[in-house]
Amino acid sequence: MTPRHHLYDRRPPEASPFDPMPTLDDRWTRTLMAVLSHLALLLVWYLFVRFGDVPKFVMPSPVDTAATLVGPRAGGYNWWTNTAVTATEIFGGYAFALVVGVLLALAFTWSKPLEALMMPVLVSLNMIPKVALGPLIIVWFKYGVVPNMMIAFSICVFPILLTTVRGLREVEPDLLDLVRTLRGSRWQVFTKIQLPGALPYIFSGMKVAAILAVAGAIVGEFLGSDKGLGYLMLQVQVTLDTAAMFMAVLLITFIGMLLYGTVLALERAFVVPDARMT
Amino acid sequence: MTTEPFIHLAGVAKTYGKGAKAHLAISDATFDVMPGELACLVGPSGCGKSTLLKILAGLHPHDAGTVKIGSDAVPFDPGRDIGMVFQQPLLLKWRTIIDNVLLPAEILGLPMKESRERASDLLALVGLKGAEDKRPYELSGGMQQRAAIARALVHDPKVVLMDEPFGALDALTREKMNLELLRIWKEAGKTILFVTHGISEAVFLGTRVVVFTAGPARMADDFAIDLPHPRTLDMKTHEAFGVYTRRIYKLLGME
Repeated sequence: MTPRHHLYDRRPPEASPFDPMPTLDDRWTRTLMAVLSHLALLLVWYLFVRFGDVPKFVMPSPVDTAATLVGPRAGGYNWWTNTAVTATEIFGGYAFALVVGVLLALAFTWSKPLEALMMPVLVSLNMIPKVALGPLIIVWFKYGVVPNMMIAFSICVFPILLTTVRGLREVEPDLLDLVRTLRGSRWQVFTKIQLPGALPYIFSGMKVAAILAVAGAIVGEFLGSDKGLGYLMLQVQVTLDTAAMFMAVLLITFIGMLLYGTVLALERAFVVPDARMT
Repeated sequence: MTTEPFIHLAGVAKTYGKGAKAHLAISDATFDVMPGELACLVGPSGCGKSTLLKILAGLHPHDAGTVKIGSDAVPFDPGRDIGMVFQQPLLLKWRTIIDNVLLPAEILGLPMKESRERASDLLALVGLKGAEDKRPYELSGGMQQRAAIARALVHDPKVVLMDEPFGALDALTREKMNLELLRIWKEAGKTILFVTHGISEAVFLGTRVVVFTAGPARMADDFAIDLPHPRTLDMKTHEAFGVYTRRIYKLLGME
């Protein structure tokens, strides 16, 4: 088999000049590698606890951790409800931020004065550590799902807004000239060139925001709530039930991966490989 | 053959900015281009050749002089009779090649079925048969520029303005594209204005060469290239070819 891609060559190899997709064995090998490295991590964790003489309340083994989810005491943790609450906060705050961020960015590209007026304020607001707003948001909205959603929203909205504004701005002047010689409308420039051109930027903001959304919701739960995985962690901390804390962290991570994976899948569906950004 | 020029420029001048910051972009531009001619505008950077192209495209107003495109025999509609090719192909990454070629047709609201057939024919004309459904990144720079030429022709414009279209290509690809352009020009029968700073490229391609100098930016000369068609690469070694290139070098003060 000939080597497929040179590291810096974005074009496919000579043999099949029009085939950009990786071959099946390539993809299978990569998936296998990923699974193996995750299993190896689990094994290291297990061996460390098994032979490292670590007290159980400091570090539970993978088996102990799994037992909190499926063992006899699993019912006491209300995993299902708590996970659903946290997921609602994360996905809700994120979706709201996506809608608001993109709509604001669109409004700015349509009205220069609006952008000149609002952008400096938004950049200043972006400098506020959003976590510090947590206690205030809880004072204003009481504790519960909605304020935690708001904290997730406030963290997510800026990266999405800023990358979208940036993406909508990136238009080749020559391309605009081309449309202008044909007496094209601003709407045509927007729908045919600006918006599709901004998609890779929007997705790069969405990826950053996906990670932040999880942190936002959990911080909200730490600060004040009566449900959710973050709330559960504080509850079990009192009894040094580290196995349940580990399980909660794992579940939070899974929610985050689900969100991130959704964003990646959407990007794969809507953005051609060449235009994707990291 | 009509004797009325398709493009007529007389004393065209353009200054950007005002007062102390004023910058003369072009002056004294006076020349005619007959229908179906391939006129090359040659000169160093800052001589105003690209500015002139923008004036002809109706993108910038000119300050002085006359610009007239079209004649009674060949009428000209500024809203749809201009095709443009730039130094970069500027294909839209997310569109297939044929959808890129169709962009001007979409903007003008031309009937899509006919336009698609025409785009397909044009892709064949520029040597991209079979690349309809590829994405731009799957094509080399030269192939992308071929697609850009097809895009400039899809709405059947009367004039194609080319701003250093092969400037970003390597020397060999560039020579190849020169031959291709001559073939496309013959088959499509368009009036082409071709901006370049390649002196031998200008002589090789042009039925007419208009020479510009920088500092101050002005038109220096305008003459017909009386070399037979179809042009072949070995003409570059002919004496007549050398006479033309020397004439341009002299005008640019390089001899």
